[in-house]
Amino acid sequence: MKMFRTLAALAMLLAGNLALGAPKAKPAGDPLDSPRWTDMRKEMFPAKARVVFDDRVKVTAPLTAENPMNVPVSVDASALTDVREVLVFADFNPIVRIVRFEPQGAHPGLGFRIKLQQSTPVRAAVRTGDGTWRIGGTWVNTTGGGCTLPSAGSSSPEWQKRLGEVSSRVWERKEGGERIRLRVIHPIDTGLAPGIPAFFLQELNLADQTGRPLMHVEGYEPLAENPVFTLDIPAERASAAYRVSGRDNNGNTLSAEVDK
Amino acid sequence: MKNAPALLSHGTRSLIALLALGWTLLLGAADQDYGLAPQPIADNTWVLVGRSEDFSFTNGGNIVNAAFIVTRDGVVVIDSGPSLAYGQQLRRAIARITDQPVKWVINTHHHPDHFLGNQAFDAATLAALPGTIKGIQSEGGAFNENMFRLAGDWMAGTEPVAPGRALAAGPLEIGGHHLELIALDGHTEADLVILDRTTGVLFAGDLVFHDRAPTTPHADIARWQASLSQLGKLSFKTLVPGHGPVSAGPAPIRQTSAWLAWLDNTLRQAADNGLDMTEVLALPMAPEFRKLAISQAEYHRSVGHLYPAYELKALSGGRRGK
Repeated sequence: MKMFRTLAALAMLLAGNLALGAPKAKPAGDPLDSPRWTDMRKEMFPAKARVVFDDRVKVTAPLTAENPMNVPVSVDASALTDVREVLVFADFNPIVRIVRFEPQGAHPGLGFRIKLQQSTPVRAAVRTGDGTWRIGGTWVNTTGGGCTLPSAGSSSPEWQKRLGEVSSRVWERKEGGERIRLRVIHPIDTGLAPGIPAFFLQELNLADQTGRPLMHVEGYEPLAENPVFTLDIPAERASAAYRVSGRDNNGNTLSAEVDK
Repeated sequence: MKNAPALLSHGTRSLIALLALGWTLLLGAADQDYGLAPQPIADNTWVLVGRSEDFSFTNGGNIVNAAFIVTRDGVVVIDSGPSLAYGQQLRRAIARITDQPVKWVINTHHHPDHFLGNQAFDAATLAALPGTIKGIQSEGGAFNENMFRLAGDWMAGTEPVAPGRALAAGPLEIGGHHLELIALDGHTEADLVILDRTTGVLFAGDLVFHDRAPTTPHADIARWQASLSQLGKLSFKTLVPGHGPVSAGPAPIRQTSAWLAWLDNTLRQAADNGLDMTEVLALPMAPEFRKLAISQAEYHRSVGHLYPAYELKALSGGRRGK
């Protein structure tokens, strides 16, 4: 059996070399040297948009991801001012977009978990008030396969009963302000596992006690199952209580109080 | 039938060519030599000490300790290594030392470096705890695929083989060696420890690591610690850990326990302080553990395996809603 697998891999390698020829030249400027960057530039941003690489956009993830179904990533753009939106994507994922968020009152950053299909750059594109997209990112190596496996929840009626349940907690930060961590029960199936349609969290909103928005998150299929989010609230926007609301692509809604 | 070759279709000939190529690859891989050198550690008892490293294309997965006891009623092998090639080379190493046949091949637990050499031995000799057999049956295939990715050609031809013989805890006398089989858990769901009362050697499996950071993909730290405190009460002369050098005393038990306690404490505090997983990965390693081989890499892996459960506990302090 193994011999055939080895041969098949060899055959594919040969065929691939013949079909594609020599690897394309790497695009100038991409600090991650990804052969996909030119495509990413075209797919993710308008042709006329100004897109630059910027070290002030910090993306933190392990160099090697132990579990391709649950890879921790955090984005921090707090070195920039006037952050309007952040789009997180992975060049080599079968579904490239991972999450988009607007820090409406929260610090311009977010921690979350993702699924990866193979080793890839994970990037955050930050749009500032001047319309410029500023890109930061990091390579994550993984044995992969995280996007084509069914979620644990998809085969467990027990978990489905808890769909949309939110657990959360608030901490005071030494630096001032507060930290909120949220975990949402949701299988988040990519639609790439046979017979299991895409089922994912499309929207998550955090507001303060009076309903003023603090963070708007749009999720895509590669977010991890039962995702955990970490976000920070500056002192001037800290609130006695917070409210979370959201919905998935099947119209299920969630709503929870995050009090202290 | 002298024209027979002409009767073969183009497809058949291609297939034969492919098979020949595959066979060449197989033979090429079989030439890879683990350099197994059994070290005598007690009467009739030899250990093959693996490298204190991660799986790699260089070490071919030989990061594990295997052992064997030569009795007057056949050889008892404890763990069969990471690949078919390792199993075959282990057999040859044993044959250089004794004419006794291998009668028992015991897998201490279901991790790939401890059982993927099974294929090289007579299936009737393979034995393990029921939980280990179940683990090999359900996860063996995936482990094997993963080992191909991590160790490459060294794995050529390797297929997982689950033992057919289920072991139970208790005494087992083989050819004059009075073995005590001790069924524990914590590193995995079934961890077998073998105490040879005749020689005073304790084969601890992966419940004990020595000068090499422990691995935790299936760990339950509380149960692992309970198992270690049981091992601490045993009387023995020589300890064979699952990974790392053989020890003349129980120090590796304390070392493994100290690492697990530090890991448990670090992850619990991090979750209670609201740290994101990326922040936990960046925490500094305690100085006393920096000397352990690949401690940084194992810490990172353990955060991946274990932190979600600590987070869940910490977050449950908040309010749930629907």
